[in-house]
Amino acid sequence: MSRIEIREERCKGCLLCTSVCPENILVQGNVINSKGYKVITCDEEKKENCRGCGFCAEICPDGAIVVFKTIKPKGSK
Amino acid sequence: MSEILEKQVFSLPKSLKDVPTHFCPGCHHGIIHRLVAQTIDDLKLQDISICVGSVGCSVFIYDYIDVDTVEAPHGRAPAVATGIKRARPENFVFAYQGDGDLAAIGFSEIVHCANRGERVTIVFVNNTVYGMTGGQMAPTTLLGQKTTTTPYGRSESNEGYPLKMAEMLASLEGTAFSARVAVNNIKNLMKTKKALKKAFMVQLEDLGFGFVEILSACPTNWHLTPLEANMRVEKEMMKYFPLGIYKDKLEDKK
Amino acid sequence: MDKNKNNKERMLVKGNEAIAIGALDAGVECYFAYPITPQSDIPEYLSRELVKLGGEFLQAESEIASINMVLGAGACGKRAMTSSSSPGISLKQEGISYMAASEIPGVIVNITRGGPGLGGIQPSQGDYFQATRGGGHGDYRTLVLAPSTCQECYDLTIDAFDLAFKYRNPVLILGDAILGQMKEPIVRWKERTINPNEGNEWKLTGKKGRAQRILKSLYLGDGEMEAHNMKLWKKYKSMEQDVRWEEFLVDDAEVVAVAFGSIGRIAKSSARKLREKGYKVGVFRPITLFPFPYEPLRKLAISGKRFITIENNTGQMVEDVKLAICGVGETEFFANMPGKVSTPEDFLEPIKKMF
Repeated sequence: MSRIEIREERCKGCLLCTSVCPENILVQGNVINSKGYKVITCDEEKKENCRGCGFCAEICPDGAIVVFKTIKPKGSK
Repeated sequence: MSEILEKQVFSLPKSLKDVPTHFCPGCHHGIIHRLVAQTIDDLKLQDISICVGSVGCSVFIYDYIDVDTVEAPHGRAPAVATGIKRARPENFVFAYQGDGDLAAIGFSEIVHCANRGERVTIVFVNNTVYGMTGGQMAPTTLLGQKTTTTPYGRSESNEGYPLKMAEMLASLEGTAFSARVAVNNIKNLMKTKKALKKAFMVQLEDLGFGFVEILSACPTNWHLTPLEANMRVEKEMMKYFPLGIYKDKLEDKK
Repeated sequence: MDKNKNNKERMLVKGNEAIAIGALDAGVECYFAYPITPQSDIPEYLSRELVKLGGEFLQAESEIASINMVLGAGACGKRAMTSSSSPGISLKQEGISYMAASEIPGVIVNITRGGPGLGGIQPSQGDYFQATRGGGHGDYRTLVLAPSTCQECYDLTIDAFDLAFKYRNPVLILGDAILGQMKEPIVRWKERTINPNEGNEWKLTGKKGRAQRILKSLYLGDGEMEAHNMKLWKKYKSMEQDVRWEEFLVDDAEVVAVAFGSIGRIAKSSARKLREKGYKVGVFRPITLFPFPYEPLRKLAISGKRFITIENNTGQMVEDVKLAICGVGETEFFANMPGKVSTPEDFLEPIKKMF
């Protein structure tokens, strides 16, 4: 399963990422960063569905999302 | 035991400074600045680029895109870019302007720059409003759109129709590439990347003037949430400002 | 610089052409302008000659576009010039303010015509305030050089470029329609040279091998605007070292006519004529209008001379004269009205009245 990391201090809570995630993983969280924005977060139940497509990072105007795509594990069939 | 390997699949371009920006939440400038920086990196232009900054919310472009930059007076970026390119044709010269800068006060400069076929590239951010000054009418404001100087809605009889810059500039012989794109969704964002690359390429291949008009959201001055503003780009703006490639001498060359 | 008159080209040219030729020899690489009478000879001359030397010539779509092209070329460290006349210079004020603020060098030539408004194509000196008081917005100055002969048109244009790069500032050459259109022989003493290293410390070339350079005039941070203006202020003060003026027959003069440009030259003829009749008249001719030669003028006032300021306007440089001699002297003023082409005879009576 791929994953994303959110750079909380960069997020401005614009929610544009929520409009492009094909798995609807991204939701507004409750954490408010030092700039006063409600930071985006991943829905706990859905986040393992992350495809690592990177759409969220592409649409993010603030470079707040880092995307890690899982490569097929070694030794798997 | 198998390992789980992962790789980072998205990173910020090298020529984009990794700093927080002053742009409002949901402002498309952040996306577009990054795409411009990405194109600079893809074409390996950072060391030879000279950027002309303009007046508007993008006035701080030099704080975000790490290339030599000169600030132009409001509207004059295409003339400044002309001076730079005539002085140093070996450099890659581009400007980044908003709708007031390019289509109002700078209308003469952009038309003549394009008409001369200057080997420069202009990125035009169209958000149908004057952002930096607080939401007044722009030449691209839609009919009926309320702004702080058209409180009853833009009217044809008083203000005339919005200007369609991509089409107008495409009609000039000197223009080698002119397109209108958007960054409201991933599909359009990918097209924007391609359009930017072509607009840069026509300069590198000495074909003529390169122009990309990018429809953008301004949540603050539209008084909409970022998501609503993003929707407006598609639902309202694209009706009047159709996306498309209006001139492409690179294609013609093939 | 040495004026070696041996084996140097001698030409009979208009003042406008002398400026264009001076620019070529000074190493101008880019020239952008818009036609306007009475200076169109300058773009016409350079359209033929600058391209032969590998330079860039462009007739821009407006005076506004052309000053901004000069800004762009100057930002890259190239010697760039534009020229116009009064109403066109008004259009350039914004660009000049930005150049001064961003410390971008360039040369702007104003062949003054009658004004205000569309005015006329006759000579005037009505742009003195515009030239010396900044002209555009903000606290800035440009060096202003005022030639009075075709030779000075050539010489001072060369100096203008050197000064522009010495100070990283726009420099204005203030001529007028008489000077622009009259023909005189000049000695073309300088060989065209281009220094590729000029401006190496600040010019935009692409950031290869170094950090990004930014040429800008926006200062919003706490204390930034004050610091920037202080820097510019000190620079303008330091320009005083390049002040220039001419003193003509002033040593034993009782009355000194203060005049610049073509009026200064005509006043010299008036002074000669009056000397023949026994009147002890001299002429003080500022050559740099900014920095203005306050000190030497004040010295003459302290030594007891009386002054009459003669200008082709309704009273502009006379304010600087009054500033120079305030408390120690006074000046009369004679307005040679804008539009009136002066002869030496025109000044005889006003100067005689001083005796």
